[in-house]
Amino acid sequence: MTYLNLFLAFFRSGMLGYGGGPSSIPLVHKEVVGKYKWMNDEEFGDVLALGNTLPGPIATKMAGYIGYRVAGMMGLLVALLATILPTIILMILLLTSLREFKDQPWVQGMTKGVIPVVAVMLAVLTWQFFDSSKKGLGLKLSLFHIFAGVILLQFLGVHPGIIIGALLAYALFGPLKGTDKKKASVREGEETG
Amino acid sequence: MTFWHIFLAFFIPGILGYGGGPASIPLIENEVVDRYEWLSVNEFTEVLALGNALPGPIATKMAGYIGFQEGGWFGAFVGVFATVAPSLLLMVAFLGLVYKFKDSPRVKNMSTYVKPTIAVLLGIMAYQFFAESYISVGWMHTLFLAAASFLLMEKLKVSPVFVIIGSLGYGAVFLA
Repeated sequence: MTYLNLFLAFFRSGMLGYGGGPSSIPLVHKEVVGKYKWMNDEEFGDVLALGNTLPGPIATKMAGYIGYRVAGMMGLLVALLATILPTIILMILLLTSLREFKDQPWVQGMTKGVIPVVAVMLAVLTWQFFDSSKKGLGLKLSLFHIFAGVILLQFLGVHPGIIIGALLAYALFGPLKGTDKKKASVREGEETG
Repeated sequence: MTFWHIFLAFFIPGILGYGGGPASIPLIENEVVDRYEWLSVNEFTEVLALGNALPGPIATKMAGYIGFQEGGWFGAFVGVFATVAPSLLLMVAFLGLVYKFKDSPRVKNMSTYVKPTIAVLLGIMAYQFFAESYISVGWMHTLFLAAASFLLMEKLKVSPVFVIIGSLGYGAVFLA
């Protein structure tokens, strides 16, 4: 029963979570805290904080971890598969069948029509990341990071992994003054820029 | 070799993607379009658009589909595994450790420091997509679709699913 419930809880929140992983968080909360009472609000908050601390998609980390807490390794697998499997299969089926009609003019038109919409979605995401980086680093420092990032990524062709790796290493091992965080980040900006 | 490349192509975005699935989108593009050239920019857009139109986490859907395209069902498994497993294993295996440090300013700085770079990567992608669209359908269609979808999604809060379906219909009729 537990496995079935785990499956149902994460299947429902996965299938209803339009707009990527983050949009399914409140749905997961509803199932895990509200319906099945596997954990209370505070524990759920901890799981969310933990998930945000680590890299990678958030929905799968939450599903895997909550599944593990409720029913061990098997629970982890069940919750994870319920979250990702249905839509991956749907995606593969839809895209493969679309490929068969690839040379039809109306399919080519569809492909062209969707590009600006995706561009807008990415532009909105860009703005959201910029906005939240402004809150963390301040406007000046964010702009500096962005300027340095554009030069390194776009004009010098540095692999983003190297830049992100350097920033992460700096966050972990660089100097840290609790009250003087901004100043510390300026120096780090200069290193990468 | 293919499976090893699929693993690497999704392991790197997975482990560097601070800020959830969306943060790893440009990193995935960097691997599958620029480095391994499995998809053209156009094909990548299709995958991203369909991924956005379907429910559930975005990074795993892209990994599953691109892995499938390159290496069949096992390729799909490898792509999804590389996306999901590392950080999930970290979370479960080092629970105590991670828990202890979750409020540490250093750990919090990690995602803060990475955000502007992710913004740049996303911004570059948005620019590429606009440029691509301008070249293939001209500025009138591009401007119309961009303005309409921005208005619908951001101001009128219409679900992206309907906006994407609408743009597919518009393309099938007016851009064929």
